[in-house]
Amino acid sequence: MRNLLPILTVLGGILVLWYLSVAPMNIRVALDQAERAGADIVPEGSVERRAVPAWRLMADNRDHVRAGYQLDRPRLPTPAQVGQELWKTTGEMALNGRAWSKRSLIYHAWITLHSTLWGFALGTAVGILGAVAIVYSRVADMSLMPWAIISQTIPIVALAPMIIVVSSQLGVEGRGLPKAIISAYLCFFPVLVGMVKGLRAPETSQLDLLKTYDANGWQSFFKLRLPASLPFLFTSLKVGVAAALVGTIVGELPTGAISGLGARILIGDQFGTPLAIWSALFAAAILAGLLVTLLDLVQRLALGRMGARA
Amino acid sequence: MTALVLALVFWIAAWGCNIWLANSRWRDTRAVRIIVPVLFGVTLLVLWEGIVQGLDVSQVILPPPSLVAQTFATSLDILWTDFVQTVVKGAFRGFAIGAVAAFLCAIAIDRSAFLTRGLLPIGNFLAALPIVGVAPIMVNWFGFDWQSKAAVVVVMVFFPILVNTVQGLKSSEAMQRDLMRTYAASYTQTLFKLRLPAAMPFIFNGLKIATTLALIGAIVAEYFGSPTRGMGFRISTAVGSLSIDLVWAEIAVAAMVGTSAYGVMAWIERRVTFWHPSHRN
Repeated sequence: MRNLLPILTVLGGILVLWYLSVAPMNIRVALDQAERAGADIVPEGSVERRAVPAWRLMADNRDHVRAGYQLDRPRLPTPAQVGQELWKTTGEMALNGRAWSKRSLIYHAWITLHSTLWGFALGTAVGILGAVAIVYSRVADMSLMPWAIISQTIPIVALAPMIIVVSSQLGVEGRGLPKAIISAYLCFFPVLVGMVKGLRAPETSQLDLLKTYDANGWQSFFKLRLPASLPFLFTSLKVGVAAALVGTIVGELPTGAISGLGARILIGDQFGTPLAIWSALFAAAILAGLLVTLLDLVQRLALGRMGARA
Repeated sequence: MTALVLALVFWIAAWGCNIWLANSRWRDTRAVRIIVPVLFGVTLLVLWEGIVQGLDVSQVILPPPSLVAQTFATSLDILWTDFVQTVVKGAFRGFAIGAVAAFLCAIAIDRSAFLTRGLLPIGNFLAALPIVGVAPIMVNWFGFDWQSKAAVVVVMVFFPILVNTVQGLKSSEAMQRDLMRTYAASYTQTLFKLRLPAAMPFIFNGLKIATTLALIGAIVAEYFGSPTRGMGFRISTAVGSLSIDLVWAEIAVAAMVGTSAYGVMAWIERRVTFWHPSHRN
């Protein structure tokens, strides 16, 4: 809570900057509209204005600067406009009992969340299994680890359209599975790295102690290595779930999907409705925040039960 | 079918060879450390080729690596123009602008402990967001050519580098800073002689994360409108016309660019942070 005041200050600064930049960003659109409505604009004509810098336009047409803050299709919407749009497509629709309508962001967020969670589960499973293999087998350590690193330097988005085409040709219905694969691809790496570190965290003396107890491999895995790795696991799960969400949205963006937050961004682009893009972006941010917070709570509970000091 | 059997035989032989190498007495030599992963990679390619040929998989679903290599060799000119458009013009310029901006911002913010405390959580949060989503907005603002791609890349690489640099600047120890003070070192001297060098491992960590992000940003932005060249453009049109071998050739280029960019960063890092415990033998 010590950080609350600084955080609010920085957020406030960002908001002020945002509001200030709305005027120059939107002035041209606002002037075009005002001119069409019959107002006198200096200089006349949208083409002539293109050569004039934005601050000049603002200085010469002071009465119309305000109009830039109320456009239907702004180049840069104000934070208030984005907030209103968000509320209109989530809270208001939920209050009217239309939370699952195709126009509601709750519905699209649910579609995205669904794929994200599948990808997260898949990625976490692959990451943990890979980490166990790497810790227990020298061959796996030497052959898998370099490729795991290389896999993350390959931009998965290049593969995204193709994964979707291939899976549709293999007869996989819907876009859920390909999206989940893409998000698992982004999600497995942090989990793998974190778990390798975690499973190797016990000290030699602790491993030796278990050996003097005549513990077998399973016992030393479940009673020592696994518990020791949990703090590492949770930290990397938080990174992993955010990566999984990025993966799902990347999977929705280039592929002509029709539902999901990424699809809302795509559709907003095709229909020229910037407010839809911005509200979908913020919905994605809120979703990411919720997922990470949830994992943080689980982490605190789990580590607390295990007797870790906070 | 023989292709499949041969591939399986190769797989088992390579696996056995790797197990033998990893447990042999040369297991800690440099050569073995390189041979084992390379053999693993080659095995994957051979298996892919064998499965595609042996099971007669349609080229529209998965072309064999040999065909991809052939396409790669015959369409070098296309791949080169796409590389220049996407990587050199879009990703590289965006990366340079974003990295410099983030670095300068970090040094400015670092002077105020108050701002640092507020900015770190926000920056960490923003760095985890699906920022690629701004691609259509940037294409709308900056037009179809490389400027919009560079803009997406700037936004994407900014926060990881900013957060890492700020964290790095805080990483010098109180004892070391006190020592600088007893030398009567000025702010700039402390910055250049102590805090920036101490921050380098963090900064390079951010730069390495950002190399991949830069490629992702530049490619995704092309899905939203681009001139008739560029890797993202080529991938989406080639998928549309089912010339999957060309898509794989582009993916191979992307993979090579991504891996070598990361490798270059790691190489520079080792030169700059030679003093760091993780690089000392």
